[in-house]
Amino acid sequence: MGAMFTTIPWASALILLPLAGGMICFLWPRMVNALGLITVFATALSVIGLGWQIINDGVYHHPIGGWGAPLGIDLYADGLSLLMLSMTALVGICISIYSTAYFKREHTTRFWPLWLFLLGALNALFLSADIFNVYVTFELMGLAAVALVALAGGRDALGGAMRYLLAALLGSLAYLLGVALLYHGFGTVDIALLSQRVEPSPVLWATLGLMSAGLLLKTALFPLHFWLPPAHASAPAPVSALLSALVVKASFYILLRLWLEIFEPVVDDKSVASLLGLLGAAAVIWGSVQALRQTRLKLLIAYSTVAQIGYLFLAFPLAAAAGVTAWSAAVYLAVSHALAKAAMFLAAGNLIHFGGHDRIADLDRVVQRLPLTAGAFALAGVSIMGLPPSGGFIGKWLMLEAALTQERWDLVAVMILGGLLAGAYIFKVLGYAFTQADITHESKTVPASMEWAALLLAMGAILLGFLAVPVLSLVGIGDPFGVSEVRP
Amino acid sequence: MSTAFLYALVGMGLFSLGLYALIVHTHLLRKILALNVMGSGVFLVLVALAKRTGEIQPDPVPHAMVITGIVVAVSATALALTLTLKLNEETGRAELPDEQRESH
Repeated sequence: MGAMFTTIPWASALILLPLAGGMICFLWPRMVNALGLITVFATALSVIGLGWQIINDGVYHHPIGGWGAPLGIDLYADGLSLLMLSMTALVGICISIYSTAYFKREHTTRFWPLWLFLLGALNALFLSADIFNVYVTFELMGLAAVALVALAGGRDALGGAMRYLLAALLGSLAYLLGVALLYHGFGTVDIALLSQRVEPSPVLWATLGLMSAGLLLKTALFPLHFWLPPAHASAPAPVSALLSALVVKASFYILLRLWLEIFEPVVDDKSVASLLGLLGAAAVIWGSVQALRQTRLKLLIAYSTVAQIGYLFLAFPLAAAAGVTAWSAAVYLAVSHALAKAAMFLAAGNLIHFGGHDRIADLDRVVQRLPLTAGAFALAGVSIMGLPPSGGFIGKWLMLEAALTQERWDLVAVMILGGLLAGAYIFKVLGYAFTQADITHESKTVPASMEWAALLLAMGAILLGFLAVPVLSLVGIGDPFGVSEVRP
Repeated sequence: MSTAFLYALVGMGLFSLGLYALIVHTHLLRKILALNVMGSGVFLVLVALAKRTGEIQPDPVPHAMVITGIVVAVSATALALTLTLKLNEETGRAELPDEQRESH
């Protein structure tokens, strides 16, 4: 059994299964819930299979059809890819269970194919070994995500989807122009080959500018975040959760990969990293303040995403002297944010289903009436605030450690202020959730699977606080942060 | 200046022109057209740079990329046009609505 387990090409299954599943959903629209769930669970099993291979044999490399780089398409997975794939699988399962109860019959037939295409695109992106393949997966992901936002229908959702589509396409085109220039300059699109060939040149600087701009737009780093709150707040709850938890992480992951493999070794100038750190710090403060000012729950959570994305970019200026700690912190924060933010959006979906609105001031004693949902929101909040024990705490602690050892007091101050503001906006919601609202309203019962899906994700975010050592040693497989490399 | 370089410069020009139009115009059809112009600019750069080696046979890899890119651009344009139609049905205008209103 062991031999069979290791010979199956799990990475190909990770891409083919969801794509095939999505198309099968079109064929049998009556059975979409069952078909979708089976596909998502089978995909999760493939992640386990791939993880087994990576833990036993090290970095996974698979030339599709036997062609190999530079002409063929390669699949590549190290510890970092595996962590991202696991995050996608875990969040995907919980959101899928939630969606079976959330969507009405006629919406399920549209939701499942799109979500499965999105899942296939995400998996393909995390397994990509060349920058052009990344472009294709970006577009597949973007188109599926935009269509998912538009599912809700109505003025806000359609407007949010359109804004999102324009931003995503603009980002992709800037990225594609960067691909063209990199190929022109260095004659390959394979990331590993590029990292050997690149040298400082005007082409490299132009590429750095174009690709960073495109990817920052897609990741919604301040001040390029304008499209995120309308899209994430107006989408159906499971879709908001998917977008905030997974889709923005995909472009961050690519930025991180390109930075580590291609740009960081040759770009001596520290100003690029400093600029990214500065934008990150601005995002933390601006996003948190905006979140605090919101009167609608989903917009509050969406602005919180803007703020939490900022934290990921604080790693760039800190990586110069404390590379491994800073990058581990960013990756840890990304994963715990994925779990916590998905839990929050699902909890918000429960509250909207329950009371028919998401006005924060009118959350009428939901703590007593929906204890599981309120618990999910509070636990996810613990991780977002960065309180122990939670994944968010480990991530922020590592980031603080990196900042303290370099005496970057400005970044320390930003992190602490961001944590306090996060506490303020989460307790604002919880405060109204405990008290009676002026207007009481009709309430609908929330299906148990929707409450438990949110709670499971939130508990995952907390549990991540106890798994720092195994998770970080897993990420170290294949040395994605270049630990062995001697830095000047 | 070689012909290929001239083509690449024109491609860059189209990209910038499209970017400008995308930002200043409010009508969604114009925004979608602007994105298509930008896309054509990128494709032109790719095709032009395929001649970079100076050999008689151009490099086929960028051509393959352009074909993939065109497929992507067609699907994206189709989705954008559908969304524009839906928005037009909903609001009576083919423009982005203002930021989300306070009350539903």
